[in-house]
Amino acid sequence: MRASRVLFDALRGSRAVYLAAIICVGLAALLSYAAPLMVRFAIDSVIGNEPVAGPAIIVDTIERIGGVESFRANLWSVVFAIVIVTVFSGVFSFLQGRFAAGASESLAERLRNRLYDHIQNLSYDYHVHASTGDLVQRSTSDVETVRRFMAIQFVEVGRALFMVLAALPILFSVNTRFALVSISAIPVVFMFSLVFFRRIQRTFQMVDESDGRLSTVLQEGLTGVRVVRAFGRQRFEADRFDECSQLYRDLVYKLIRQMAAYWSISDLLCLAQIGVIVVYGTTLAVAGQITIGTLLLFVTAVTMLLFPIRQMGRILADMGRMSVALKRIGEILAVNVEQDEETAVEPPIRGHVVFDNVSFAYAGREVLRDVSFEASPGMTVALLGPTGSGKSTLVQLLSRLYDYDRGSIRIDGIELRTIRKRWMRRHVGFVLQEPFLFAKTIRENISLARSKSSETDVYRVAETAAVHDVIESFDRGYETPVGERGVTLSGGQKQRVAIARALLMKPPILIFDDSLSAVDTETDARIRKALSTARHGATTFIISHRLTTLAQADLILVLDEGRIVQSGTHETLLAETGMYSRLWNMQRKRHDEFEQELLAQGERT
Amino acid sequence: MHAFEEKDYSKKIDLGLWRKLLGYAKAYRRHLLGISMVMVLVAVIDASFPVMTRYAVDEFIVPGDASGIGLFAVGYAALVVTQAFLIWMFISLAGAVETGVCYDLRQRGYRRLQELSLHYYDTTPTGWIMTRMTSDSERLGETISWGIVDIMWGLTSMTAFGVFMLVMDWRLALIVLSVVPPLAILSYVFQQKILKNQRIVRRTNSRITGALNEGIMGAKTTKTLVREDANLAEFQEITGDMRRYSIRTAVVQSLYVPIVLTLGSVGTGLALVFGGQGVLSGAVSFGVLVAFVSYTVQFFDPVREMARVLTEFQSAQAAAERVMDMIETEAEIVDDPEIVARFGDVFDPKRENWTRASGEVTFRDVTFTYTGGEEVLRNFNLQVDAGQSIALVGETGSGKSTIVNLLCRFYEPSSGQILVDGVDYRDRGLLQHYSNLGYVLQQPHLFSGSVRENIRYGRLDASDTEVEAAAALVGATTFIQRLENGFESEVGEGGSLLSVGEKQLVSFARAILADPVFFVFDEATSSIDTEAERLIQNAIRKILQGRTSFIIAHRLSTIREADRILVIADGEIAEDGNHETLIAQRGMYYNLYMNQFAAQEESIPVWGETTGR
Repeated sequence: MRASRVLFDALRGSRAVYLAAIICVGLAALLSYAAPLMVRFAIDSVIGNEPVAGPAIIVDTIERIGGVESFRANLWSVVFAIVIVTVFSGVFSFLQGRFAAGASESLAERLRNRLYDHIQNLSYDYHVHASTGDLVQRSTSDVETVRRFMAIQFVEVGRALFMVLAALPILFSVNTRFALVSISAIPVVFMFSLVFFRRIQRTFQMVDESDGRLSTVLQEGLTGVRVVRAFGRQRFEADRFDECSQLYRDLVYKLIRQMAAYWSISDLLCLAQIGVIVVYGTTLAVAGQITIGTLLLFVTAVTMLLFPIRQMGRILADMGRMSVALKRIGEILAVNVEQDEETAVEPPIRGHVVFDNVSFAYAGREVLRDVSFEASPGMTVALLGPTGSGKSTLVQLLSRLYDYDRGSIRIDGIELRTIRKRWMRRHVGFVLQEPFLFAKTIRENISLARSKSSETDVYRVAETAAVHDVIESFDRGYETPVGERGVTLSGGQKQRVAIARALLMKPPILIFDDSLSAVDTETDARIRKALSTARHGATTFIISHRLTTLAQADLILVLDEGRIVQSGTHETLLAETGMYSRLWNMQRKRHDEFEQELLAQGERT
Repeated sequence: MHAFEEKDYSKKIDLGLWRKLLGYAKAYRRHLLGISMVMVLVAVIDASFPVMTRYAVDEFIVPGDASGIGLFAVGYAALVVTQAFLIWMFISLAGAVETGVCYDLRQRGYRRLQELSLHYYDTTPTGWIMTRMTSDSERLGETISWGIVDIMWGLTSMTAFGVFMLVMDWRLALIVLSVVPPLAILSYVFQQKILKNQRIVRRTNSRITGALNEGIMGAKTTKTLVREDANLAEFQEITGDMRRYSIRTAVVQSLYVPIVLTLGSVGTGLALVFGGQGVLSGAVSFGVLVAFVSYTVQFFDPVREMARVLTEFQSAQAAAERVMDMIETEAEIVDDPEIVARFGDVFDPKRENWTRASGEVTFRDVTFTYTGGEEVLRNFNLQVDAGQSIALVGETGSGKSTIVNLLCRFYEPSSGQILVDGVDYRDRGLLQHYSNLGYVLQQPHLFSGSVRENIRYGRLDASDTEVEAAAALVGATTFIQRLENGFESEVGEGGSLLSVGEKQLVSFARAILADPVFFVFDEATSSIDTEAERLIQNAIRKILQGRTSFIIAHRLSTIREADRILVIADGEIAEDGNHETLIAQRGMYYNLYMNQFAAQEESIPVWGETTGR
């Protein structure tokens, strides 16, 4: 997605507020010259004896309200006017701040929400390969870059432009030559800032890289502390860190020295400009061409101009960063999200599953080939096969995490592809091998999919998943937070919480994708026993490496290289010659040997 | 299962703390002195520009005589050039202090981190330490250097402005300066409010980062649970908070500037009224009036700066306290001074006084209690002969890991002794003991860099041939050669470019290169792919030869091959013997074997044999 498009979309809804902010900036900039103009009037005409300068309207107005004399008699009224004008200018500058913040914060909010929503809805496959750090970086710092630009920098550029536009007529109306001399440094200062900050980008980048390197070394040294200790490498680590830290220090120092040069040179330019105004203005004043008030006005006005101009150079030089940030955000948004056909249906699901010659290819490799089987509601289907044989893919198809290429999958007679993805997933309790727990309490983690579940329901599924007692043993029981600030659960405990979580959905289809791998055999058996009584006839798919777990299934599918090479029950498969019986017999043999070994020992002792 | 508790840090400015922190900046005393002097000059020159204007008005314009203006211009130019030079000076000086202080804090911090015991790491989140070492130290460097710049400039400017005005016309000065106290109070109040709001914004921002991180890492789980909408709603709540708090902060900030400007215009007005009357009555010169008007435009700058700096110090204080806390944390496991004198410390070891241990180790009446009071081991006794391989078996929490941690001296016994060759290992010095250890973790940790560099971590002076020989010995050469750049291939951050099995092989090579007397291995619980599994089993066999080894074992094959199996239950040795004798006992090991390990024979490794891979 193009950078400008991203920005344009995100601005939607904030454009009017933005416009208001820009108008306020303009008014505030214009009004900021009013006070210096009034000061000039007070000094020259009220306190001094010069005729009133300025356009005819102002001169007339002053005459109408009693002329300079009345002001002279009552100096307070001038002061009052100055303060009032400043207050007005202040009101506009406040409104500008408020509007700009409102617009840019809403923009940032929309961008963040949009990114979050988009990322969540990207395909399962995207998330299998995604780099979390990069995505987070783009959703935080890149959004922040855009926000900062829109909140501060954009408005600053506007202010600088308005200031210049307002100052020029005022200055030139007084004395063209003096005005020309007075603003001669402005383009120089602007160009200097622009060029300087362009050139310094390289140093900024080097500092960033060095900072990143330092963080990496630090992070690795801290997480690998046991390795460091065990090898006695404290000195080595300290030296390695020191080296990075020194490099970083030197680079930052280099940057600061460059900044020192920048500030001193640009200050030299600015101060010299003021000096030129004072000296040249003095000679003009001595010659009677300008008044003291005018001289003061020039000094004040140009001083007010110089800083925004300097900033403008810097901002324009930094604009590259903003478009890079937008581009990086756009890259995420350009990835397509999961979508359903418009005609997608939401049928009742009971758990009758039919695979009919299903094939699926991934990255040019056939992962599943002509897979056919049927599972009626309440059946337990066990999947067995070596790594890469397609077991996981098969169950992922059921949850519509991937879509099959050829053949047909029918759920209760309805083609799976036509069923709405979320509807299907709501009816499939899928327990991943490495389930993710959120930084919430254990109760919240169990009731993620059914947040309004009763306490008894939560306890019941936790008991079925053989994790209730573990949870109760924590100080705060079910209210214990999970994560860095709470408890760290073991792999097996996580898997059991995830099983409880899936059971709470009361799904007609349950999938265990090797999700008891980190649970010991005894607990595994306990959970399966509890499951068989608790699952209320859900069609269950189990992937496991434990033969005993699989042996009890109603249907065992043996997969190899994406094909079903054998299917049947434990008994029928045992009667066939094939992978299953070979495995099982090998198993028996080992067991027998082991028994004999025991007997032999028994005889010996 | 320790929950990390964050300490509460005070909010009032604590001068003692800053004095202590300045102690860390001692090396930069000259710089700071230089900065102070330069800032005084800068402020005086800033204050003298209006004096120049006044001179021009009173000496040239009012009399209408421009003679001598050339000299005036030269004087003005001299001031400008001096000022530019001074600005260059103070930025450079402050930069040196900023980067220097930050560097020093980090260096001290990291050295201390090397000395702190693993208990510290077990109870402190890595993220917390990272923040102390990165942004906090950076912040302190900035606050100290630029804080001094701003304070010196602010104080001197205020003084110089005041003095110059008083000298020109003390009555008028007093009238105009009456604006300063309310300006100061308002500035302070506003800066406080701004600080408070910024803190809330920052906290909300880290909530956003946290939520994003979680949302992305948990995206797959979210999908299977169809939690997208609920997640988005929760996220929107946080971003909504962020918008509200940010706008609130912006409102306070954009209120502050107009108010200050208005107060300044009141000052200008006062100067005009009273100065103007003075000019009309002839008591005040035109030049003085002009100078006063210039001052009123400028003098809120130092007041604002001072208010900002004070707030800055206040907000950096929490960072200062945390960094100090970390640097001043006492290491729990340290050697006695006499041991250090003999064997050196962890940074400067005296290898010449070391002797290689034989491999014999004794636990004598060892009791170990965690700081929380949880007793893990009680009167534990164990005698291991040199070269024996010990498999530790038992449930999670039985004390297996503690035994290994004690052996490695990651922790020390609460009472009792651990003897290496008959000598308490505390009398041998930390690093000498470490030098005898080889340690391979369940989740092997590699450092970013090449494969070669990672293996060489085991012995820094090993030659390339030795590194390659170590890799060959553990059977890692095949996979390393398959990598794009062989031994020079990058392993990625934390070894992320390699698979778990490959990382394990590299860490074996690293351990074997160190040629340790004791070898400690925490075996992985979950299975890795068949090929790696076989290689790893072979590697272990190679490493164990001639070494005393402790293995927290989960693999039947590993356990069977051990000289001794220790079944640990509730911090005690429940059974002790080899596979055959323990099976014959028909006790805990027998049960464990039947229930747990026998199952392994059914699982993945079998596939490797049947499919012939």
